[in-house]
Amino acid sequence: MSTLLDVEDLRVTFPTRTGLIEAVRGVSFSLGRERLGIVGESGSGKSQTGRAIMGLTPPQARISADKLSFDGIDLLAASPRERRALRGKRIAMILQDPKYSLDPVMSIGRQIVETLRTHEKVSKAEARERALAMLEAVQIRDPRRVFDLHPHEVSGGMGQRAMIAMMLIAGPEMMIADEPTSALDVTVQLDVLGILDRLVAERGMGLIFISHDLRLVSSFCDRVIVMYAGKVVEQLKASELSQAQHPYTRGLLNCMPRIGFERHPLPVLDRKPEWAA
Amino acid sequence: MSVEAVQSRREWLLSERPASRTQARLGRAYVTWRRFTANRLAFVGLLIIIALLLVAALAGVLAPYSPTIGDLKNARLLAPSAEHWFGTDDLGRDIYSRILYGSRWTLYVVILVAIIAAPIGLLVGTVAGYAGGWTDAILMRITDIFLAFPKLILALAFVAALGPGIENAVLAIAITSWPPYARIARAETLTVRNSDYIKAVQLMGASPFRIVLRHIMPLCISSLIVRVTLDMAGIILTAAGLGFLGLGAQPPLPEWGTMIASGRRFVLDQWWVAGAPGFAILIVSLGFNLLGDGLRDALDPRSGDQ
Amino acid sequence: MTSAISIERLEVVFDRFRALKGVSLDVKEGESYGLVGESGSGKSTLLRAIAGLAPAASGTIAVNGKTLGRGRDKAFYRDVQMVFQDPYGSLHPRQTVDRLLQEPLAIHGIADGEKRIERALDEVGLGNGFRFRYAHQLSGGQRQRVAIARALILEPSILLLDEPTSALDASVQAEVLNLLEEVRRRRKLTFLMVSHDLAIITHMCERLMVMQNGEAVENLTASQLIGHRVEKDYTRNLLRASEGFVRG
Repeated sequence: MSTLLDVEDLRVTFPTRTGLIEAVRGVSFSLGRERLGIVGESGSGKSQTGRAIMGLTPPQARISADKLSFDGIDLLAASPRERRALRGKRIAMILQDPKYSLDPVMSIGRQIVETLRTHEKVSKAEARERALAMLEAVQIRDPRRVFDLHPHEVSGGMGQRAMIAMMLIAGPEMMIADEPTSALDVTVQLDVLGILDRLVAERGMGLIFISHDLRLVSSFCDRVIVMYAGKVVEQLKASELSQAQHPYTRGLLNCMPRIGFERHPLPVLDRKPEWAA
Repeated sequence: MSVEAVQSRREWLLSERPASRTQARLGRAYVTWRRFTANRLAFVGLLIIIALLLVAALAGVLAPYSPTIGDLKNARLLAPSAEHWFGTDDLGRDIYSRILYGSRWTLYVVILVAIIAAPIGLLVGTVAGYAGGWTDAILMRITDIFLAFPKLILALAFVAALGPGIENAVLAIAITSWPPYARIARAETLTVRNSDYIKAVQLMGASPFRIVLRHIMPLCISSLIVRVTLDMAGIILTAAGLGFLGLGAQPPLPEWGTMIASGRRFVLDQWWVAGAPGFAILIVSLGFNLLGDGLRDALDPRSGDQ
Repeated sequence: MTSAISIERLEVVFDRFRALKGVSLDVKEGESYGLVGESGSGKSTLLRAIAGLAPAASGTIAVNGKTLGRGRDKAFYRDVQMVFQDPYGSLHPRQTVDRLLQEPLAIHGIADGEKRIERALDEVGLGNGFRFRYAHQLSGGQRQRVAIARALILEPSILLLDEPTSALDASVQAEVLNLLEEVRRRRKLTFLMVSHDLAIITHMCERLMVMQNGEAVENLTASQLIGHRVEKDYTRNLLRASEGFVRG
């Protein structure tokens, strides 16, 4: 399997009034053309890891890594211009709430067309055709109608599909999805995941799926990285989640209520300081 | 005090686990203070205002001459010198002494206007914002009417009706400066009135009066303080303007605006007569503006919760 | 056994939008009852209508046998309290925990304030060390504990829970759910709990109602749901969705 992304000892540090805060403390992993899940609770550094790869870390933060390369390109050495060219064209990102990541004053169709035309030289008519095809690919039933709608006129699920369409239009090789379905209703969530799954498989993309939901991630991804306090505490195959070794992973799996398993009280996580060490 | 004692006092103030109400309050005040002093210019502004307060309090001690009785025979329109630092005016009065005493009138105007206008604005704005519906419509239309006139013109009209004098000038300025405060308070109220923490208080059975007074007003106060401080310069200038037009303080009161008005006749030959009070107004206005800017950063409720 | 909450054909209308379309509900005293549904199902509106935060267009709400009118009196709030979803939005940003807990006591003129506050903080597992902190000095789980303490301090018999753990991390969620179960057992409370998560509802409640688009889909017991003995397709869909993603 060819390696798309190589991350070694990634660190993200934020200066604050009270000193430096290390959000990510030495994360290493590599990604091929596969679905990789990054799981952790709030403050685990999972989102900052995704943003650092994407180049979306706030300017006051410091990023360092022994290696951060995408398809042989050293991302840390790349100029802002090169990073911009990569973003959208070869690496795409989906965020939690489409309401905030779509432009509210531009129609959905135009946003997709603009995205395509910034990365590829195509005629307007062709761009429109491809945008419509893309909307169809994310299972929007009436793509011509949705093309002219503005983001506030569609539901959350529809918005997230449009977002996926926009992100995939330029044919990226890698996608980072940060909690792509957390804002959606459970039934819609599965539809969107189904679409994402099919497109990623069809196009042979690498996917990094960032989520707080261990169970969802393990049912969707091939591999899972579990993060705690800015570090990777465990890496394992999704199918082997039940044999997780680290007490944090096991605790996280255990503490969720499950239908048909009566446990009163629920087992709680006994956080050990050495996990964060 | 030793270094360790300072250190431990700071830790006590910044404690994440305050042990008493007072400690929690002081801790919060300390954080605000540190944020404020981090802004150098704001600190300069604060120093100017403190200086103004001291000068006003000690004018009797500091002033070398009487502010109202001059030496008409020997000391008319003297240029600044070692004897008369800022020179003398057409009635032979020492301008330096007059400016020191004038600071009292400046403070008098500024403080009275703030005390009258800010609470009116706060009350009208929060009640309108929280009650909504008809109450809101009526209160805000009244506010709009006041806002529709230029401030100085409206103040002029009031003074013309009430008669000239510094008390009436204060009243006129206060009446014309509350509407923007009402607007601000209403906007703040609208953003918090539907929040869960206000609903939680409603669910305790609190009366609307109590909710507005104890839960909404405290949230509006910081932005109001900032706005009032920034308006201070404008208030001083309006008071000076009224004084200049002869509708504010009446001679021989050493009010800065009135002083400029009487000095304008000699402004080309004896520039210090109008220039010195003008400069005083400039410095104090600047002080209030710098202070207001600093307060905005220090009290901003959005950044304040970090 | 008497009903703690009894609702008959409740309608709630916001600007012509019918958020609740004639929903009836009966919660027994001491019972824990769940409302499940997706966004727009009306489950939170139902809770808010009981609390008096959403206006009822028609239908009746009775609490502890007393039919409620338009307004709510002080006595009502000593019986019924609510815990909100977002722990970051439900605590006043300028008040300490102490002040927050004192407010209900001051409103109802309760004298033994000091003791009640100490007891309430102990009960939710926070202790006195948290008493003089501001909301921004607390984590999400701690904030939700404070919100629970605030709801309990008037010693109500009914607690309305609006997705009390959906904004929390899984491990913190378990702690808060355990706490809620514990206070319910100790104080013999009646719960009416709203959630989009079937697993949480079956864990916390004996009976539940599935809602969709402002209407009741079906009423079930927790064991019926666990045994997949459900009638409606919509409920079945929800059940399937709660089991995670299935490829294929």
